[in-house]
Amino acid sequence: MESENPSNLLETRDLKKYFLVRKSLNPFSRSGRRYVKAVDGVTISIPRGKTVAIVGESGCGKTTLARTVAQLTPPTSGDIIFDGKQIGYGKTSLREIYKNIQIVFQDPDSSLDPKRTIEDTVGEPVRGLLGGGRRAVEERVARSLAAVGLSGEQGRRLPRQLSGGQKQRVAIARAIAPSPKLLILDEPTSALDASVQAQILRLLIELQTNFGLSYMLITHNIAVAQYLSDIVAVMYAGHVVEYGPTKRVLAAPRHPYTVTLMSAAPIANPWKRNLLNVEIKGEVPSSINPPPGCRFNPRCPYAEDVCTKVDPPLEEVIPGQFVACHFKEKTAGVFSGGTATTPPATKAA
Amino acid sequence: MSLITITGLTIAYGFRDSRLIAVNSVDLEIGEKEFLAVVGESGCGKSTLALSMIGLLPKSVATIVAGQIVYKGTDLVKLDNNELRRYRGTEIAMIFQEPLTSLNPVYRVGDQMAEAIAIREARTGGDEALAGSSSVMQEVHRSDEVRVSRVPRPKKRVSSELKKEAVDALKLVRIPDPEQVLERYPFELSGGMRQRVMIAMALSQRPKLLVADEPTTALDVTTQAQVLKLMKELMSEVNTSILLITHDLAVASQVADRVVVMYAAEVVEDADVFALFSEPLHPYTKGLLSCIPTGSKDDTKLLPIPGSVPDLVNPPVGCRYASRCPYVMDVCRTREPQLVEVKPKHKVACYLYGK
Repeated sequence: MESENPSNLLETRDLKKYFLVRKSLNPFSRSGRRYVKAVDGVTISIPRGKTVAIVGESGCGKTTLARTVAQLTPPTSGDIIFDGKQIGYGKTSLREIYKNIQIVFQDPDSSLDPKRTIEDTVGEPVRGLLGGGRRAVEERVARSLAAVGLSGEQGRRLPRQLSGGQKQRVAIARAIAPSPKLLILDEPTSALDASVQAQILRLLIELQTNFGLSYMLITHNIAVAQYLSDIVAVMYAGHVVEYGPTKRVLAAPRHPYTVTLMSAAPIANPWKRNLLNVEIKGEVPSSINPPPGCRFNPRCPYAEDVCTKVDPPLEEVIPGQFVACHFKEKTAGVFSGGTATTPPATKAA
Repeated sequence: MSLITITGLTIAYGFRDSRLIAVNSVDLEIGEKEFLAVVGESGCGKSTLALSMIGLLPKSVATIVAGQIVYKGTDLVKLDNNELRRYRGTEIAMIFQEPLTSLNPVYRVGDQMAEAIAIREARTGGDEALAGSSSVMQEVHRSDEVRVSRVPRPKKRVSSELKKEAVDALKLVRIPDPEQVLERYPFELSGGMRQRVMIAMALSQRPKLLVADEPTTALDVTTQAQVLKLMKELMSEVNTSILLITHDLAVASQVADRVVVMYAAEVVEDADVFALFSEPLHPYTKGLLSCIPTGSKDDTKLLPIPGSVPDLVNPPVGCRYASRCPYVMDVCRTREPQLVEVKPKHKVACYLYGK
């Protein structure tokens, strides 16, 4: 299958990933089978050189989507089109895929080998994917380390001799070492302190401009998504409920869930205590037995009968912004302000 | 009127060959019915400070080197473990980051709540029970009516009064269907529900101070909003002060009356929440605020703090922030600045504002 739009580096079409859970001990019993529909029909595209953020709360399927795109787990159905070619289902060799798609995980402590030196770790994907002589590998390693701001001396250390922020830099250096086109960033700053998070965010932007990388950013932190991304997809219980340019979606969200999410995100501004005014009903539904119809309906302030029966499709509300809601006209202008408002505090800084 | 006054508190963790000062001569006051937030990055000593107030420091490695924690005229530092029990839970209660590790997985929520309430009754019930505090627990386990732990047992053992009070406590934290939740095990509840059970259990003791150590860090944003809102509302309903330990300045700004900023084991700034956010004084506080992304990469400048936190085993001479500070002066590298009140109710430890 050919890609329709050559400006997109990656497209997913109706991508699904179900996990089987057995209730009965009999492996042949069909009645005991249930599925966790972690990713349930996701269609997104990542334009070249841009950042697409996948935002949502735990259990919404955002990490499963990332892992499926990265071929760490096979999809149940649907297509993944990378650079105009369909990947997955054994059609392309993994070696070819990983030359172009690399992933940075949340916790560098568990993604770095504690017994290998930094140089060795960063050199591993180069040796495995590109080959080449020792010299060529060393040169690439040195270039990646320099690109993330680590010295050659630090390259000879072990992970435990580095700080948390430096370890995350190593994870990024390893990912960019084979010169990939797409980096999947799975919560890249969630394990870091505020001051270090800011350093890593700046670094990611610098790398994107220098190397023309495309990013798929998985995060629960709306401020991070807002800062880093061009396009945002909001996921809820396996579905994308809102999709569009970050500036539009986060400034004027139209799906009731996005509105809730934005109102619940704390802002560093004591004059605007949004957290104390927000009314939130209920909790995230189980992905084994999601509510029928729109999955947000039990928690939604606008829900009516139709919401419990028909699952609303993603529809364009204004050019570029897509919302899956039966009552999307009602939500226009509901959300005012957000993290974009500059608190008086930052002026003093 | 201050409820608890900490002066010159210094806590050290001793390891075989080195000693780490985790909290260095900290002064702190918490008023009655005050919502105080202590903010700082990992390793700044904020959790150690919280644990010391309830006497939960690991005795084998941690020692309180100097200082006082005066609660209602009593210095908690001087008390032995038995005497501390009178305060722990009943006067000063604590909730932790991960409710699943604080709740006992093999007991029903109701049994655990009833135990907490029974202990409170035993402690506050009469002077006799208070006389030897070590016997309080034995008392509790001996008397059949309040004997609730050890083995999950039929619910009839929990007296109807205890059960009623547990139900009331759960109602207080807005748990729908509290009778049913009492029969559940912790793993059957969601993260937000578990944290609410912890809060209910802590408040059932009717403490004067609730210490909350990163209570919402493990929760999703929508759940975090629910829990923080609940804590803020409960404060006035049950007349308690709250000490919130958090790494998130945004969370602190949303709920706190006063904010204390810690850096490398020391308090660097202590101010009213509005004063702190409109006019942060310490360079570290300013640095932290400019680290929070508030817009997109095109229209906001993110100014990370250069460098990293100093080694607390061998802390630098002078101001601990000097190596990362854009306003550093000669004096900063030789003498340590003191926390002084430069404006009414606004204290800062920095030479930019006098001594």
